[in-house]
Amino acid sequence: MKGTLILITFFASGILLGISGNLPHILISSVWSNYALYVLMFLAGIGIGADRKSWHLIRAMHVKIFLVPAGIIIGTFAGATVSSLFLPALHLREILAVAAGFGYYSLSSIIISDLHSEALGVVALASNIFREMITLLTVPLLVKYFGNLAGIASGGATSMDTTLPVISKYSGKEYTVISLFNGIILTILVPFLVTFILKVGKLI
Amino acid sequence: MVIILLIMLSGVIFGIVFGRYPLTLKINDKLLNVAICILLMLLGIAVGSNEKIIANLYSIGLQGFIISLGAIAGSVAFCYVIYKAFFQLK
Repeated sequence: MKGTLILITFFASGILLGISGNLPHILISSVWSNYALYVLMFLAGIGIGADRKSWHLIRAMHVKIFLVPAGIIIGTFAGATVSSLFLPALHLREILAVAAGFGYYSLSSIIISDLHSEALGVVALASNIFREMITLLTVPLLVKYFGNLAGIASGGATSMDTTLPVISKYSGKEYTVISLFNGIILTILVPFLVTFILKVGKLI
Repeated sequence: MVIILLIMLSGVIFGIVFGRYPLTLKINDKLLNVAICILLMLLGIAVGSNEKIIANLYSIGLQGFIISLGAIAGSVAFCYVIYKAFFQLK
């Protein structure tokens, strides 16, 4: 939560700077965010490759555990498709790209604003921050009525870090590993799914 | 798109090679945080200087909220079925 607040502060101060309009033109150029995105993707890649604990965890897992991220991916897209009925202003492809952040708001919003538009990037930022916040607030209720996987399902990619404590508290210790595993898999998939939906979905 | 994914893959390979040193992950986490802060600030600047987005910030937030509700409901529903079918009978 503290991390989220810090990032929101950076984003908000950026907005204020932008509104004030007292910026050297060179800062506004999209070239910067392009290069910064490349750096971010490289670093995110290193994080995945260097994380040996996670790789051991994935290797040690029963096949059954893959059902959890698979169910979350299918469920997220199915649910987002339903929500598209209430969002006539957005293309289904755009809604799916936003949903494909699975709560990983920093990376997904930046990729989307770079590949698609800043407006949709902000939708992704809001939507995925909401996913994290709603999860933090509702895990006890979700687990009570929808079983021990419900908190992980709601958390999506955040189930490996920000929402992990509350999930393992309410779903039980034995679900901590599933939660971690699920978050790792979804986190790895986010950049691929988002770019895929935006770029390949356009052609269909 | 291909460039982005290739850059990320080269990062993964770099990480696999240098992951044997615990320091790699530590430094990388710090750099990643800094990169995310800078990028979100740049996104904020781009948003702030775009009058169209600022004028629609409320509806943009509402759209995000509706998408997140759908995504969460769908995920919970699918995982409920998976839970009942595969996880409960242990």
